[in-house]
Amino acid sequence: MMFPLQHFLILAAILFSIGLMLVVVKRHAIMMLIGIELMLNAANLNLVAFNQLYPTHRDGQMFALFVIIVAVCETAVGLAIILRTYHFYQTSVPDAVAELSDKP
Amino acid sequence: MEPAAIMFTFFEAAAALSAVSLIFIRQVFYGALLLIVCLLSLAALYILAFAEFVAVTQILVYAGGIVVVILFGVMLTAKIGEKPLVVQHGNVFGGALAAASLLALLLYGLAEHDFTPEASAVPRAKDAVQDTGLVMMRDFVLPFELAGMLLLMALIGAAVIAARTKDKRAS
Repeated sequence: MMFPLQHFLILAAILFSIGLMLVVVKRHAIMMLIGIELMLNAANLNLVAFNQLYPTHRDGQMFALFVIIVAVCETAVGLAIILRTYHFYQTSVPDAVAELSDKP
Repeated sequence: MEPAAIMFTFFEAAAALSAVSLIFIRQVFYGALLLIVCLLSLAALYILAFAEFVAVTQILVYAGGIVVVILFGVMLTAKIGEKPLVVQHGNVFGGALAAASLLALLLYGLAEHDFTPEASAVPRAKDAVQDTGLVMMRDFVLPFELAGMLLLMALIGAAVIAARTKDKRAS
């Protein structure tokens, strides 16, 4: 039995727009990362949902797996950068970090 | 309604509600917890969509890995003994407008099309996980190995970036 594809797609659309809104609205680097995770998951949900149409193929699920792997890399490096900037600037608000090098 | 349909609706509602409440939450720690709820209900949806391996990977990698790393990040970037950081909101109108227009566009596109499949005559594979493993090691070997290299590079890069060097700007 297959659940209606429309449900998956509407949920993915909602998740993606919420992720976009989090990235734009929240003034905190980790909340922006959470928004990016939501957007990646929305794309994953679409891939898995459309894979249902082709029961003998696994391409969509494979793509979802690789998206998950890339998301892991992105989160690890992103959090490392956030930690560095926090140690350096004592803030995790991206707008407050406007300079790349420390001026003498 | 049969039990599977009830579960489907429940997990859909859980994912959507936790994502919506992420907008209104002001503390990063609660945001990470809500992200766990959202990701776990998405894993349940993956199982209901016949993607068991993706669901298990989602639980292992997201709930076990990413959310823990995010929690570490939250705790490491908080000053001890102070009130928990309250996240400020900026660009509320622009963000809401962008998100709402994107959502409207996507829903309009979805309403245009009918995605119900034409009677799927092909039977679904019984042992889906075994099939997934075969496909991964047979057709997707190169991306698989490249993903391993990418993970290694990201791990080393993250360790190098986060390693504490001499702070020039005194804290």
